[in-house]
Amino acid sequence: MSAPHRIGPEAISPDAAVRAVSGTDCGAVATFLGAVRAQSRGREVVALDYEAFESMALKQFVHITSQAQQRWPGCRLAIHHRTGRLLPGELSVAIAAAAPHRDDAFAACRHAIEALKADAPIWKREEYRDGSEWVGLGS
Amino acid sequence: MRITLLYFAAARERAGTSRESLSVAPGAVARDALEAACAAHPALREVASRLRVALDEEFAPLDAPLREGCEVALIPPVAGGLDAGEKPGEKNR
Repeated sequence: MSAPHRIGPEAISPDAAVRAVSGTDCGAVATFLGAVRAQSRGREVVALDYEAFESMALKQFVHITSQAQQRWPGCRLAIHHRTGRLLPGELSVAIAAAAPHRDDAFAACRHAIEALKADAPIWKREEYRDGSEWVGLGS
Repeated sequence: MRITLLYFAAARERAGTSRESLSVAPGAVARDALEAACAAHPALREVASRLRVALDEEFAPLDAPLREGCEVALIPPVAGGLDAGEKPGEKNR
């Protein structure tokens, strides 16, 4: 079985995320994939550079997963996030949520990506043709 | 007592280092570590109000007590905090 929580420079594999949560007890798997956009706030983005506090991020992934399991019993979550320099179109994150039924799978998947975006210690620097900027701090 | 400060992303660039050891007074709290970081690296001061603090890899309030040997990470606003076209405070509405 592949790892449910992962962060690092390896390319995102949606299949690996799905494999990490699939099982005969779950009739539904919902996935979310996040990709780098070529546009941000009106500027052309050449690349995104992701930096993470990896050990803390992994703890948060575990925390997000246990929250989801309390709320949607029987669900399983995979959270995979990539770090390093990514080009437009490349995947930065994959979430897979398995649950006995689809309502819970969708809800757990949504919960995971929103919680990750709010609190996971992961930063991105947008690279433009004429400079770069840390998102959220503008410097 | 000795603590370790960790800097990431914009905070790391402003501090010019990713990690350093620091001495703080007994009874010091997270806010004191942040203040010491700003004193050592003045470029941090203008973003200090936007930094969160993690104590041994868990978010902590600024009045959380520090312990000998603990690790204090300065956490700038995270990547997902502000999407394109969104203004602060509009998340998840």
